[in-house]
Formats: sequence, structure tokens, C-alpha cells
Amino acid sequence: MAYSEKVIDHYQNPKNVGTLDKSAKNVGTGLVGAPECGDVMRLQIQVDDAGMITDAKFKTFGCGSAIASSSLATEWLKGKSVDEALKIDNMDIVEELNLPPVKIHCSVLAEDAIKSAINDYRVKNGLEEIKFEESIVH
Amino acid sequence: MLKLPIYLDNNATTPMDPRVLEAMTPYFLEHYGNSASRNHPFGWEAEEAVDYAREQVAKLIGADPKEIIFTSGATEGDNLGIKGIYEMYASKGNHIITATTEHKAVLDTCKHIEKLGGEVTYLQVQPDGLIDLKALEAAIKPTTILIAIMYANNEIGVVMPMPEISAIARKHGVLLFTDGTQAVGKIPVDVNKDGIDLMAFTAHKMYGPKGVGALYVRRKNPRVKVTAQIDGGGHERGMRSGTLNVPGIVGFGKACELCMLDMVEDTKRISKMRDHLQIELLKLEEAYVNGSSEHRLPHVANISFKHVEGEGLLMGFNKNIALSSGSACTSASLEPSYVLKALGLGDDLAHSSLRFGLGRFTTDEQIEYTIKAISETVLKLREMSPLWEMYKEGIDLSTIEWAAH
Repeated sequence: MAYSEKVIDHYQNPKNVGTLDKSAKNVGTGLVGAPECGDVMRLQIQVDDAGMITDAKFKTFGCGSAIASSSLATEWLKGKSVDEALKIDNMDIVEELNLPPVKIHCSVLAEDAIKSAINDYRVKNGLEEIKFEESIVH
Repeated sequence: MLKLPIYLDNNATTPMDPRVLEAMTPYFLEHYGNSASRNHPFGWEAEEAVDYAREQVAKLIGADPKEIIFTSGATEGDNLGIKGIYEMYASKGNHIITATTEHKAVLDTCKHIEKLGGEVTYLQVQPDGLIDLKALEAAIKPTTILIAIMYANNEIGVVMPMPEISAIARKHGVLLFTDGTQAVGKIPVDVNKDGIDLMAFTAHKMYGPKGVGALYVRRKNPRVKVTAQIDGGGHERGMRSGTLNVPGIVGFGKACELCMLDMVEDTKRISKMRDHLQIELLKLEEAYVNGSSEHRLPHVANISFKHVEGEGLLMGFNKNIALSSGSACTSASLEPSYVLKALGLGDDLAHSSLRFGLGRFTTDEQIEYTIKAISETVLKLREMSPLWEMYKEGIDLSTIEWAAH
């Protein structure tokens, strides 16, 4: 299977690999996936007082498409408000990275990671957890 | 000067030896006769060439040339050997014993037999990939007609104790079939010393051409017969009809001859490179060899690099190094390798595995390049892996409740 150039670029030069202080109140962490399934994503956002995402970091165990999906997600998250971030759809990732059908679950995982990180941030700051519809993966 | 890409997937297929191609060429252009044409020189030449190749093939495995049935490859040999025995010995029983780590050509054939009303026992293997001889013997029933256990495993290279398995089969009057695809030509295989009754193998795993293989069928002590699965013309003593692939068979014969001549030298050189590769890669933290290191083919190593996913790992160098992985993502099924899972490996380790298959044309320089490329990629991906970070922080990953997806 050939990878798209964008996937290869993110794999070779991943953006925003790293770790934010998960105990900090202005940091939201999402950890999704499972080692048994061959992919685990951790995505973190740092939010300022105005609700803007000032930093985003990821670490991913998975195939090249999973790494690229999370790398792209962090790029898109930076500079967005939390509300805007909620609108990121997995199909946007599929389109941007030209993911083949067997790799769509990587993009779903990235979307789940974003939502999970936002909820973690919300709960930490006394806001209500947003209930998302169950995403269907794998 | 190192030429890229490097081929380390010799368990999938081997390149042809140029000496094999040289032997084959005249049988495409000049001696193109049908070996079954009995009444002109073209047929005679082809028949002579097939007879000679049959001797070369038989000699490599210590068989009589009359015991070699040419096929299109090992998958056909597996089908003919197992289905052919099931049909031929139907009056004696309908039970077959095999193992969960067999190749799909054996497992799917066994599944087919179950649909036909046969009974199949799939033995679990031990954590080192070897068969438990006591469990094997315990599985034998009065209706058992065949034990089908591979000689060496394609994913982990583990070599089964054939003489011991044969002793059990003989003791109970059960026939022994083995898929010898990965072993023949690589390690000494002798159908009499090993007590094998039927064996499938193929040319393209031993520097011969694709599309040609053989089924060994014992003729003495005991005399074994299989029911043909392809009818028409009665070629190959009625067991496998169809015009013989003369150039392919000539190449197969030559490949067998070369394996016999070069085996000692090849093994010495290749196993040294394999050992070096393994020692260097195991210097990485949390790297493990899958399957027995003791009872293993000299050219194979299957290694898991914990907390790094196999396909992601391959992507770091697969433009330059051809390898295969037990990761789900490299197969269409999204399931990790069933062979590695049968060893009791967790899915996470199965997802993290690479299979190295060295060969006759592997060089020291290629191995040095591979060690460097893989080590660098593993370290880079671990920096990116949340599991590695957690492991380093001392978190027991098995205590985490992963969101199943």
C-alpha cells in the first residue's frame, strides 16, 4: 500500500510531538485507542483564559496514518477556540491526508482524542462533560 | 557500494539464483516439447529433463525419484497431500491432527475437510512455538489417519522435532504429512531419517522459479497413496494430471542441486549474519525474540520491539529495506499475526513484531545498514509513543482501562 505524500511528510517530520503537564488546570488530555488494537493516541491541549488553544501536543503508538492523523490534528488545534476545535471532523482529516478506506479508523481515533482532551479540560474547569454520540470504529 | 532496497523477506520468496535461470532458458526456446509426447524428439528431450530434475529434487530430501509428484507449488502440495489422504483413507477414519501455527494452506484445507464431514484437532503450541509431543500423542484416536505438522514455521522459523513426531505417528499407525516449504533447501531434510510420509515444498523459497513445487509421497514402509485432486491425463502416476511445467521443473531441479551443494557454506555465512543482526537489535531496550532461538532456521529472526507498532516501524525504512511484520495493519484483516498470538504473545507484542528472512544473497553490508536503520527508527518512534512514555514512568500498562474501540 502506498502512502500519500502528506502522510509520509507527517510521519517523517511530525509536528508537535511531546507532553504537556497533564495535572495543569489549563491542560486537557485525551488518551484513546488500545495497545491490543495496534493504536493508542494521546492528544493534549493547552487553553488560555479566553478559551483559545495556545498549544497542542501528541504522542501516538500506531501506523503511519495514525501518526499523521494526530500530527495534523495538533496543527489544526493550535490557534482555534475550544468551540471551533469541537467542529473538527474525522472526514476533514481523511480528505487532507488522502487516507484509504482501511485507514479511516485512524482519523476517527484522532477526532475522539480531540473530544476526549476537550472534555478533560472542561471537567477540570468545572464545566459539564459533553456527551458525544458513540463513534463507530474498527 | 550498497544498493538499495535491501531484500530481507526471503521467507515470502527468494530471488532466483542466476545459475537456475541459465539451466531453464533452453527449455523455453529450444527444448519446448511436452514431456508426455512419446513419439518425437521434442517430447523425449523434455521427458529426459524432467527425469533428471526429479532425481535432483529427490536427492535433496533423501527420497526415490518415483516418490516425487510435481505440483504448481506448496499450496497445491498441501491440498493434494491432506485432501488426497482424507479421500484415499476414508475407510480407515476421518480424523486429522494439525497445529494452530500452520500455514493457511494447511489450515484452510483442514477447514474444508471439516465441511466435508471430517474431524480436525488443532493443537496449541508451546510458548516457544514447538509442538507438545505429549499433547500430540494424547490427541490420537482410533479414527486418526493423518498428522499434519509443518517442518519449520514461516513466521518465526521454529523447526519442529520431526523424528519425534514421526515416532509417535508410527507407533499409532498414523501417516505423517509435513509442509516443508521453509525447511527444504535450508536445513538437512531427509524423509527417511525424519520418518516423513508426505511432504509439500516449493522451488521459489529456495532460489528457484515460482509456480513449481513437489509433493513427496512415500512408496515403501508404508506405501502411501493420495487421491488425485486434479483429473485429466493421469500424469505424475495418476496423482496430479496436467502438462508438466518443464522449464520450471528443470529450474526446481537445479535449485535443489545448488541448495545441496551450498547448504553448509550458506548456513554458516547466513546464520552468522542473522546472529549478528539479532544481537545488535536486542541491544535496544524491550526487544524480544519470538519463538525458540535454539530450534530455529538459520536465516530467520522474528523480533518484537515493545511499545512501537510494526507498520509504523516498517514505514520508517520500507523504501530501503523489504521486511514483513506481524502487525494487523500490514494485513487486510486488522488482526495481528495468528502465529504470534498462538505463542501466547499479547496483541500489543504481536503488533510490534518484525520478521527478518535472510538469504543466499544477503551481505554483511546490508545487515549493518539494517541494524542502523531499524535501531534509529525504533528510538524515534518510541520518542513518539505514549506507551513508551508510560512504561518509562513505571506505569503498568495492563492496569489501564483502554477505551475499547
